[in-house]
Amino acid sequence: MRPVAALLLLASLALSACQREERDTRPQSALGSGEQPTPVTTLEPGGQRPSPTDNKAASFEANAFHLSEGKRLFGWFNCSGCHANGGGGMGPALMDEKWIYGSSMESIHATIRDGRPNGMPSFRDKIPDDQIWELAAFVRSLSGNAPSSAAPSRNDDMMAHPSENRMPDAATLGKSP
Amino acid sequence: MKRLASIAFATAIALFLQGCAGWQSALDPKGPAASELAWLIWFFTGLCAVVWVLVMAALAVPLLMRSRQHAEPLALDAGADSRKLRVVMIAVGLTAVILVGLTLLSFFANRTLAAIGSDAALTIRVTGHQWWWEVRYEDATPSRILTTANEIHIPAGEPVRLLLTSTDVIHSFWVPSLSGKLDLIPGRMNVLDIKADKPGVYRGQCAEFCGAQHANMGTFIIAEPRAKFDAWWNDQLEPAAVPTGDEAKAGENLFLKRPCVMCHKIGGTPAGGTVAPDLTHLASRQTLAAGTLTMSRGNLAAWIADPQGVKPGSHMPVVDLSGDELNAIVAYLEGLK
Repeated sequence: MRPVAALLLLASLALSACQREERDTRPQSALGSGEQPTPVTTLEPGGQRPSPTDNKAASFEANAFHLSEGKRLFGWFNCSGCHANGGGGMGPALMDEKWIYGSSMESIHATIRDGRPNGMPSFRDKIPDDQIWELAAFVRSLSGNAPSSAAPSRNDDMMAHPSENRMPDAATLGKSP
Repeated sequence: MKRLASIAFATAIALFLQGCAGWQSALDPKGPAASELAWLIWFFTGLCAVVWVLVMAALAVPLLMRSRQHAEPLALDAGADSRKLRVVMIAVGLTAVILVGLTLLSFFANRTLAAIGSDAALTIRVTGHQWWWEVRYEDATPSRILTTANEIHIPAGEPVRLLLTSTDVIHSFWVPSLSGKLDLIPGRMNVLDIKADKPGVYRGQCAEFCGAQHANMGTFIIAEPRAKFDAWWNDQLEPAAVPTGDEAKAGENLFLKRPCVMCHKIGGTPAGGTVAPDLTHLASRQTLAAGTLTMSRGNLAAWIADPQGVKPGSHMPVVDLSGDELNAIVAYLEGLK
């Protein structure tokens, strides 16, 4: 009886590895419109306009696959040309807690899609919407705004910051609570 | 019944071995390195088979021929002892000779392999990507350096030096008709010399598991006579064909306005992405998506409309295109001969 129990235990341990995060490699393009009206400036009559939420934001911001794809695209599309691996150069730094247009996924997505004054170009027709969401999720992770279990790991090149899953948690600013 | 079974077995073996010929087979060598390796493996296999048969026979003989019982089982028999000692000594001696012999054969085969490219006139840099091959033809004149993808043209009968590296994970370059396999490792340059004896098309395959589409990472070595190869190189250096016709012109315009331009390069146009295959002479290649689809208008459209259906997990995203836009882009790409 005991070997059977041991075998069952081993089988269940082995099968537990079959559970993994789903990779949605072929998203429904109908959901990829991303045409929500996001203001490009915070100067609004009566204070800041509330930013609308998008159902894509929640599904992308803590997904390890999308975060690492965002990291790959960040390199491929030469975001470092201005943002220097998140350290900032011509463009603002992305690894600190300062967000000119807000730290929400929706705001970062709007920044990449529509551009911002003083240099950030619009990538509206140049990057498919899902890839913009992936980039936005990765940019958020540069400042510790993604769970370390999902954030991308080791960099192969010199970076302005530790690997994203080693970034201090943005909620506690690196201090233990 | 027994005869029928053996005939069926022989037929099955013959059918099975048919797969050993053709454009991707280690048992069908078409170059000096591959023939050296093929000869070596056949010799090793044959000699080891002979040794195995001899050992089995030596075990079977005493089992089949029961020796008669001695009247005095514990009595010493000096003659039999020295006979047995002699047999063991001969077996040990033969083993040593065979091992040393095979080691030497392997050593000299390696020397022959290493000598193939000592005077290689052509250097090609092959970079592995998930899941395609970047092929860069080096030349002392910078304007003659050529970058293509997935198809490697070489002059037949001449040694060619391949510099192998990778940008993401470890891949392995293997064209069994021409050479053994060698890894492509990020941050490291491996050197492989190949030579094709005769003109022909030889298929290669990534031989190191490198991710979801590892099996769809094929390549073609196209060995041509020197004159044809030079003409091919000069053709490839030309900028892309200017589109003729309204549809193709609209396609070029769309290509430059839509996400295609972020990753792909087309010589002679503002498209200058380097992270995906160079499309300057796309339609002159035999296959699409690293040997996955044959080159045709229908396959081009299928690949652009839904790359994730053809190669799930590939880095080519689904781009939102209307039917007319897709047709225009395909018409443009089809003209890039």
